[in-house]
Amino acid sequence: MSVQLDENGQLRHFLTTEGLDPQLLARILDTAESFSGVIGKSVKKVPLLRGRTVINLFFESSTRTRTTFELAAKRLSADVLNVSVDTTTTKGESLLDMMRNLQAMQADMFVVRHSESGAAEYFARHVDPGVAVLNAGDGWHAHPTQAMLDAFTIRRHKGGFENLRIAIVGDIRHSRVARSQIHAFNGLGAGELRVVAPNTLLPSDIDSLGVQVYNDLGAGLRDVDVVIALRLQRERMQGALLPGEAEYFRHYGLTESRLGNAHPEAIVMHPGPINRGVEIDSALADGPRSVILDQVTNGIAVRMAVMTMVLGIQPDTPRETT
Amino acid sequence: MSRILIRNGRLIDPADDLDTIGDVAIGDGRIIRLGGDIDDFTPDRVIDAEGQWVIPGLVDLCARLREPGATRKADIASEARAAAAGGITTLVMPPDTDPVIDTPSVVELIHHRAESAAGARVVPLGALTRGLAGEALPGMAGLAAAGCPAVSDGGQPVTDALVLRRALDYAATFALPGLLTPVEPTLAGGCLNEGATATRLGLPGIPAAAETAALGRQLAVAGATGARVHFGRLSSAEGVRALTHALGDNRKLSADVAIHQLFLTDQDAMDYDPRFHLNPPLRDIIDREALRQAFADGVLRIICSDHQPHDADAKEGPFASTAPGASGIDTLLPLLLRLVEDEVLPLRKALAAATIEPARLLGLEGGRLAEGAAADIAVVDPADPWFCRPDTLQSRGKNSPFLGWEFSARVRHTLVEGRLVHSIDRS
Repeated sequence: MSVQLDENGQLRHFLTTEGLDPQLLARILDTAESFSGVIGKSVKKVPLLRGRTVINLFFESSTRTRTTFELAAKRLSADVLNVSVDTTTTKGESLLDMMRNLQAMQADMFVVRHSESGAAEYFARHVDPGVAVLNAGDGWHAHPTQAMLDAFTIRRHKGGFENLRIAIVGDIRHSRVARSQIHAFNGLGAGELRVVAPNTLLPSDIDSLGVQVYNDLGAGLRDVDVVIALRLQRERMQGALLPGEAEYFRHYGLTESRLGNAHPEAIVMHPGPINRGVEIDSALADGPRSVILDQVTNGIAVRMAVMTMVLGIQPDTPRETT
Repeated sequence: MSRILIRNGRLIDPADDLDTIGDVAIGDGRIIRLGGDIDDFTPDRVIDAEGQWVIPGLVDLCARLREPGATRKADIASEARAAAAGGITTLVMPPDTDPVIDTPSVVELIHHRAESAAGARVVPLGALTRGLAGEALPGMAGLAAAGCPAVSDGGQPVTDALVLRRALDYAATFALPGLLTPVEPTLAGGCLNEGATATRLGLPGIPAAAETAALGRQLAVAGATGARVHFGRLSSAEGVRALTHALGDNRKLSADVAIHQLFLTDQDAMDYDPRFHLNPPLRDIIDREALRQAFADGVLRIICSDHQPHDADAKEGPFASTAPGASGIDTLLPLLLRLVEDEVLPLRKALAAATIEPARLLGLEGGRLAEGAAADIAVVDPADPWFCRPDTLQSRGKNSPFLGWEFSARVRHTLVEGRLVHSIDRS
């Protein structure tokens, strides 16, 4: 049924965190843990993907996601090709044609980001057998490696998910990150998941994904252990979704004082890029509670983990290259 | 014109509450005799219908044939013949072709193509506004004279209430019903029912309010004109409620539903399969049940295929970027019979919804079995199962959401105006 799992329940692609069993989610984190040692060393390479070709296929611009995927692939000794597609200049060529052309270059893995929900799944259904697809973000649907690096960061700081209260604040409606986090954290057994936003930034029936819905930031942050601010794109201010940045920040912007309600040791996260003074105050983003830069670092290990898992490579004893 | 005798069939006609075993004698394109043992008629051809059902050919109130304008998807010849193979003898096509059906010359072109196709009859609807632009009136009297039995917004709702009122008023002058699409475009920018499934998939939703907001406005305008108004493709429980309420005040109203809405829900789109990208969107199971109940209650009386054949490329890609719509003429009759098998509707009501009811709305003469009536007839084997697959679909559009389904009945013969336009041997 699920296109991302093989008949043994192992990852063949990584498209979404939805429907993954807790053991598999935990294994991604454990595998990432084994790679994080590699990253800290002076020689940061292992030969697990030597001779393999990874194509970063980005239909939307991205800095940190693309570069961390690239770094992850290079630390696994893969050959990496970055393809940025400006959809305004490629009109006429279908996605399928483009994918087949790139596949003809003997790629082993595609890392795909696209503005349409379901695009990664579409690629996964059409690639040749043995070629893996990693979803680097599709529309509003999913950004599973981001969610897993967030889970990794939380586990490192909090030890586990049991009894944890996690609040996701901001533009839930248009957020693939929020959806993937909700599925991942629920799958890992988080104690309580909350979303906090004005109604215009909440998709309908979001509670059906297993979250408590809050309109009020103060109530939503009460006793939480983890606060995740989502990026609010400035163009959302243009239409009738929100009146403006000032009112948004007053009611939903994260500040040190608003975190007064939260658990004293609550950590603050953000998937980036940050709009300082819109969804989060600079003092908080750069302060001691913030683990935002850890998230970026952890992104490399998590992506290395997923890259080896979808190719069925055992990373148990990573050897350093000589 | 040949004389045909259909022998020993189960004659079913909801228009006359007919359900009996007997013969049908056909000559000069008409039904000469109906029922009983006919032995004083010399036919050129005898169709043995023992064990088979003889029903009025279906009248499909909404079928896009893609001609003129989009013949890479389908054309009048391909779809008129496919319809005949599916037991449909009249295809009513909305005016949103290219060029739009807003002048008699386009009507004539369509009639000409349909005649040479030798399949189902094709009935073009005139445009409610010129070019369907929602601004000015087309020559409706001329369209009526050319053979358009009604005018339609062609799925592009008129947003200017004054233009809508005048168009309906003018249409009523020539006794033309106005067929409207209850969709408020500003609320309908998404691609799936607004709800848990769309949220899960990260797709923009279309709320039921897109239907009720338009319905409320169109009902108010219709009430002010006294025109005969029909609403096409209702999709929501809220829409049914609004219509039920309005029917209490204004009996010159009616509405239809696309048959896939009686079987599928938004959950069928769970893995982004573009075959389930439809417009109006598939909705919740609550909506599906409300639509089914509305037929049982008589609030809804017409079922159409909402046939929208597409080429493969149009349905290729991530969900939102694919073209909405489903190919439906092959599955209209099988699904109507499935409603009967599933005990949603009695056979009489299910058949009436795609025969006499749409024929009455448009004042067409088909849709019934009666002596003197046009011989538009389907002979159906109720126990000849087949699988719905791209190669078993006769339409050029293979974009059916029912691929993989098994259906119990197969159309053996179809007659249009007494002419055998489809016939398969017993296998």
